[in-house]
Amino acid sequence: MRAMFVRDVRLALRRKADTLGAAFFFVIVVSLFPLGVGPETELLRRMGAGIVWVAALLASMLAMPRLFADDAADGTLEQMLLSTTPLPLLVLAKVAAHWLVSGLLLVAVSPVLALQFGLQGPAIGVLLMSLLLGTPVLSLVGAIGAALTVGVRGAAVLLSLLVLPLVTPVLIFGAGAVDSAASGLGFQAQFSLLGAMLALGLFAAPWAAAAALRISLD
Amino acid sequence: MRRSIGRSGSRVRAVLVVKDLEARRGRRVLFTALSLAAAQGQLLRVQGANGAGKTTLLRMLVGLSTPTAGTVLWCGQPIAGQREVFHRDLVYLGHAAALKDDLTAMENLQAMGLQGGDRFSPPEAGTALAAAGLRGREHLPARVLSQGQRRRVALARLALSGPRRLWVLDEPFNALDTAATEWLAGLLREHLADGGIVVLTSHQPVPVDGAHEQVSVPL
Repeated sequence: MRAMFVRDVRLALRRKADTLGAAFFFVIVVSLFPLGVGPETELLRRMGAGIVWVAALLASMLAMPRLFADDAADGTLEQMLLSTTPLPLLVLAKVAAHWLVSGLLLVAVSPVLALQFGLQGPAIGVLLMSLLLGTPVLSLVGAIGAALTVGVRGAAVLLSLLVLPLVTPVLIFGAGAVDSAASGLGFQAQFSLLGAMLALGLFAAPWAAAAALRISLD
Repeated sequence: MRRSIGRSGSRVRAVLVVKDLEARRGRRVLFTALSLAAAQGQLLRVQGANGAGKTTLLRMLVGLSTPTAGTVLWCGQPIAGQREVFHRDLVYLGHAAALKDDLTAMENLQAMGLQGGDRFSPPEAGTALAAAGLRGREHLPARVLSQGQRRRVALARLALSGPRRLWVLDEPFNALDTAATEWLAGLLREHLADGGIVVLTSHQPVPVDGAHEQVSVPL
């Protein structure tokens, strides 16, 4: 399992263009909004958290189809299914590596983007924390979609159609936490819910994705 | 380097048994009521025209595909019920070489081993690659290797398979030159002499000598 994680991180580092692509997409999409909406500080401040969250959602979908597609094409996926390590653990290792190289990068650049919208210090902190809790959920749910669409033509579009409706709660509570913090209300409730979703995802998603992979390769 | 399999150890005698296997692609029946058995020291060669279902049969033997009817038994137990035990006894090499273009030959071989639950030290992996005729190319990324060389990297896994008794190989002789064919035949002979079982598909006759039982399975 650790070997799988190390291998995937190493592969991602040797193909930097793919890894950085999603992060650049994230930065560009978020930067387009102030240009499109115009320099109305109050409006931008109110929209900021939502925009950063939606862009993070789209950017994480961008990298998702590749999670299993490359392994399926070169036969590694068959070997994964025949491994002595249980398949859900291998899936978990792959998702962890994927989040580390793509999700964590999104989280890391988000404070800079939040400044564009005039978000204040505490609100930026809450945004960072909500993304830190939320983006792993996106990767976990995305892995189920990626496993279901392995070997399907037009997998990227299908994957987004499958996964985006499922992750709307993450978006609602993630952006909601920042709004609450900005208006001086408590945000513990939203964080608890995000944490609960992460715990559920960590537990259930690897099993679901493993079952989906076995079906896809049958 | 090779750990002996032990023909008469404390372990149960290994047998691969297939009962009344059936495969369908849509409405077309590829094969039906296929039964066969392979005991230790036997080589099973599956023959058939293109599209006859050779790869399908091999995928069913290792449990990647579910047969429409029939069962595959390993040591008397259905493989679906004892996946991890069965996988510890199995090496499967499919059509694709399962190499990552961005990893070196050495890293690929080690990653393949770890996936199967074996840890190959760099000297071990180096020896296996050298035996495969890849001396001096261990640290080249797989993307610059030729088709035959990629095949050799994947097959080098066999030399390190240790006590795994069942080898299932899909067209292992494809893209290999004469020297590599002889090397692979040597590996197969050694495995059979150790009491291993080999199931493979091949369009050419397999060049292992007559001392080992060869069974042809026409599809």
